[in-house]
Amino acid sequence: MTDKKTDRFTLNVQLAQMLKGGVIMDVTDVAQARIAEDAGAVAVMALERVPSDIRKQGGVARMSDPDMIEKIKAAVSIPVMAKARIGHMVEAQILEALKIDYIDESEVLTPADEECHIDKMQFSIPFVCGARNLGEALRRIAEGAAMIRTKGEAGTGNVVEAVRHTRTMNREIRQLQNMPMEEVVPFCKNNGLPYELALKVRELGRLPVVNFAAGGLATPADAALLMQLGCDGVFVGSGIFKSDNPAKRAKAIVQATTYFNDPKKLLKFSKGLGEAMPGIEISTIPENERLANRGW
Amino acid sequence: MIGILDLQGGVLEHLDHLQRLGIPARRVKVATELKGLKGLILPGGESTCLRRLLAMEKMDDAIRAAAKRGLKLWGTCAGAILLADEIVGETGILKLMEITVERNAYGSQLDSFNCLVSIAELAPEPLPLVFIRAPVIVRTGKSVRTLLEVKGKIAAAESDAALVTTFHPELSPTLAFHAYFAHKCGVRPTTKTMALAPDWSMTSWTRLAKV
Repeated sequence: MTDKKTDRFTLNVQLAQMLKGGVIMDVTDVAQARIAEDAGAVAVMALERVPSDIRKQGGVARMSDPDMIEKIKAAVSIPVMAKARIGHMVEAQILEALKIDYIDESEVLTPADEECHIDKMQFSIPFVCGARNLGEALRRIAEGAAMIRTKGEAGTGNVVEAVRHTRTMNREIRQLQNMPMEEVVPFCKNNGLPYELALKVRELGRLPVVNFAAGGLATPADAALLMQLGCDGVFVGSGIFKSDNPAKRAKAIVQATTYFNDPKKLLKFSKGLGEAMPGIEISTIPENERLANRGW
Repeated sequence: MIGILDLQGGVLEHLDHLQRLGIPARRVKVATELKGLKGLILPGGESTCLRRLLAMEKMDDAIRAAAKRGLKLWGTCAGAILLADEIVGETGILKLMEITVERNAYGSQLDSFNCLVSIAELAPEPLPLVFIRAPVIVRTGKSVRTLLEVKGKIAAAESDAALVTTFHPELSPTLAFHAYFAHKCGVRPTTKTMALAPDWSMTSWTRLAKV
């Protein structure tokens, strides 16, 4: 890695640090982007269909029309993220040319490569990537991701997978910290951890970059739960604009993410939000339709 | 005691720097936590989000009242936007300093940069500074003096009551600004004051956020 690339990567990791304690919301048009900004989102994810619609409609899900992303970018002052398919470096190049703020190399879209993720070090703009466990998170960081999020199970309104992925990552970090040195190499081998980054995690007791919760969050309490489990911030996808009162719910989730340790305030934020999005029990989704299984 | 406004953003990075100087510090989420503070740092983050969160639980009124009673304030990056009287293209937020700021004035993330600057008043050695989607100060009023210009634009300024920096000392080994602000608040660092933390690294903040 050249010094210039190291500098750029450092600045991107630090940019993501400034998102800590914030909520990133999926939006599909300018009106939704304005509602998200007004509710206090730290960034918006611009996409054509939210995950719950992608799940319903099926077919191949690709990068959104740049025209639509550009309109959202023009409408808000907060950072705008957009999704590229796993391994689709050209979609990422197009998004970089569009000068969006972050690229999410996302399992919510249909993967373009069943073996390789994007070589993110070749890009100047920051990437965020999903992970179910420590190995996945560190492989993405090794490829150049400046920020990690759990995969959860997007579009379900069911928080259980995001909790599973957060607990798995935390458990593996604690294991790595507590094992004798001679067990580190076999642990890395068995769990697919890049060795140098594993040593870094063993030293730090957490990921070296910001880690957000994502996938299935639908209520203020869901956001606070993932914050209490140690996530640095949250993504909310279908959970806001598939609910009864998006503006009110968005604001309540923003507040719950800040005051995640204050049950009295959480009670206040949770009242009178109307119906949440309808949820899906994970066991009713066939294994081959689970988005979290995409990515390698 | 110095507080760090803990609504959203780069809170732990500031806490890390204050601890390195041996300055008593705490995170501030609600108005009652402002009590007894000599100074308050408004950290970097997303200013639009911070504006909403300040208003939602009436922290804006509480900070204005505390400032009237003598609480010193320091805004870094988004924090500087919160303190400004005027923001180009929108209304001011806390309006506690006679400056006008312009958001993202150096450009997008691709224009974010590091540089070394010498400020004789703060430290004999050059200080590394980090500018991330930084605002600039485009006007200073009579009560404000300019501390530093970078690339021909005002990057740090000060009044009797407040300090603003458009960059992030907390994202570099630079301790000089934290020591300077502590002095302004009348809080004495208990460890030997250094301009640069010798063992700082970009992951130093993570010690305050272990899982």
